[in-house]
Amino acid sequence: MTDAAHPQLVSRSPVVDAVVNAPGAFYLLAILSVVLAIWTPNFFSTANLANVALQVAVLTIVALGMTLVILTEGIDLSLGPLLGLCGVAAALLVTAGYPLPVAVGSALVVGMIFGAVNGTLVAVVGMPPFVVTLGTFGIAQSVATVLTKGDSVTSLPPYYRWFNDGAFAGIPVPIWATITVFALTWFLLYRTKFGRYVFAIGGNRRALILSGTRVNAYHIAVYVYAGLLAGIASFIMTARMNAAHPTIGVGIEFDAIAAVILGGTSFEKGRGGIVGTVIGALAVGVLRNGLNLLGVGTEWQVAIVGIVIIFAVGLDSLRKLNA
Amino acid sequence: MSAETTKFPSRWTSLDSDQLFVVVSRLIALVLLVGALSFLSPYFLTWPNLINVLRQASLQFMMSAGLTLVILTAGIDLSVGAILGLSACISASLISSGYVVLGIGSALLAGTICGVVNGVMVTISRIPPFIATYGMLWIAFGLGYVFMKGEVIYGLPDSFRFIGAGFVGFLPVPVIVAVLLLLVLHFMLHRTVLGRSIYAIGGNPDAARLSGMPVTRRLITVYGLSGFLAGFAALVVIARVNAADSSLGEDLLLPAIAAVCLGGTSLFGGVGGITGTAVGSLILALIVNGMNLLGVQTFWQSGVMGAIILISVLVDQLGGTRLARQQ
Repeated sequence: MTDAAHPQLVSRSPVVDAVVNAPGAFYLLAILSVVLAIWTPNFFSTANLANVALQVAVLTIVALGMTLVILTEGIDLSLGPLLGLCGVAAALLVTAGYPLPVAVGSALVVGMIFGAVNGTLVAVVGMPPFVVTLGTFGIAQSVATVLTKGDSVTSLPPYYRWFNDGAFAGIPVPIWATITVFALTWFLLYRTKFGRYVFAIGGNRRALILSGTRVNAYHIAVYVYAGLLAGIASFIMTARMNAAHPTIGVGIEFDAIAAVILGGTSFEKGRGGIVGTVIGALAVGVLRNGLNLLGVGTEWQVAIVGIVIIFAVGLDSLRKLNA
Repeated sequence: MSAETTKFPSRWTSLDSDQLFVVVSRLIALVLLVGALSFLSPYFLTWPNLINVLRQASLQFMMSAGLTLVILTAGIDLSVGAILGLSACISASLISSGYVVLGIGSALLAGTICGVVNGVMVTISRIPPFIATYGMLWIAFGLGYVFMKGEVIYGLPDSFRFIGAGFVGFLPVPVIVAVLLLLVLHFMLHRTVLGRSIYAIGGNPDAARLSGMPVTRRLITVYGLSGFLAGFAALVVIARVNAADSSLGEDLLLPAIAAVCLGGTSLFGGVGGITGTAVGSLILALIVNGMNLLGVQTFWQSGVMGAIILISVLVDQLGGTRLARQQ
């Protein structure tokens, strides 16, 4: 979405243009890679990079859904607890003896129902997205905790681990899932009417309504899609932990928002895209991985990730002001 | 300037139909709650329980007061709970080591610093309020974890505990503190330049800016004040519970927002007030008390808070024409 209405820094060289206008995630990723390559001997080892890729899969999938929501000038804070709820729902059904497709399907339906509630309250009622999703944040977290009485769901059947440990053609399932979700999102966003409306809702919802489009259905669908992806991500998360815990997802929504914004998607006027989000998710994942490799404790990680993200978002908005 | 010439909506001096809707719907909620609870639980209408509800409502009001000011400017502060937790940890460690005055000062200072940083991020860095304060939430939680290293601080001196657990006559001290805070903030909102600009900025930031109001400075003041009040609430909370750990602030955000929404303050800014939040805090305290009396699992609490937020905003949106117009 780079057109005349959204001026960018322009110089004579396309290379300089690309470098100057690249989203913050590119810089963060580049700087982190150099720093980590110098400071830690095993950052660029195949084993570590594979580990990063696996860790980033869950985040990327959630962040792709979040991208669509943010493109509509919305936000979805409920995706973290929703991931926890979907994971718990699927795990409970599987341990109760239901076949895997039934369990997984029901969990995805739960994710989509929450998305539909979010979308309806935002699009039809006109409530601010962060309030709506903060409300459903509390509800999803509560329902997940009540379902498990606050415990984790363990003793999953061995085949459940396929979501994390399985592989096709030498590539692990989480990576396949990420690629598939990316391809699907790319197709939806850039090749369908739905995708064009996503950009248009963020750009100018009123114009869309005045031109006679039935915006609400598309607007709701965006939140439903985000809920669906949170459900998909939950299976990988559960399989990796070999347990479903009701609050496992809390905080992922923040990393996902960070990935989206670092990836160059803006809260205003439907600007951005999903390629940047993938880079953004990688940057956040590498940041966390690097802090682990450097032996920084989890307590500090929470604060450091917050600071880096705020800093990057601030720089991004300042740069847009100057552009 | 504009404070004399322009008539801003003032909650209790001129009730228009929207505000009347909010007031009436809250009164009905209060009456229904009290009626239902006295019917369902024999213990509800006892003196110790009512004092308990009042004290809980007072603590809730202190946690939601700063947030109300921010929401009136059409902003949001998602970091209030986390700031409260961080301030509580810092001051509890100082106070339990014997430095009471230093401990009190550090809670207020830590809260104010976090709040001012929020304000700077929102105004000068132009970061949307909910993302800036959401980042601050994680930063403050992280710093709290780092500071406490997983430990819990018990046992604060009795002289300090007076502000949270003491009584004056038959009234708990927090109730008196909350009433004083309500009076001060009500006066500030309706009789001072800062208060009037809070409504003006929330109602129409562009108009406020064009009329020469120092919007950036005022917003930083408001976010700073929100942080300061979170630090203040932290002091009363640790004095009441006589302990602090890094998870203290984790479950405080949803109730804080719920009390403001229940109080009828519009999330689009410019409409509502601090008195509403006091009523909202009372309703919320009654609901929590009722859940406890009726033996509802604590797991349900965050869900109930979420539902309260959604329902009260929904009711105002559907019932109030002004809220609908602003969309």
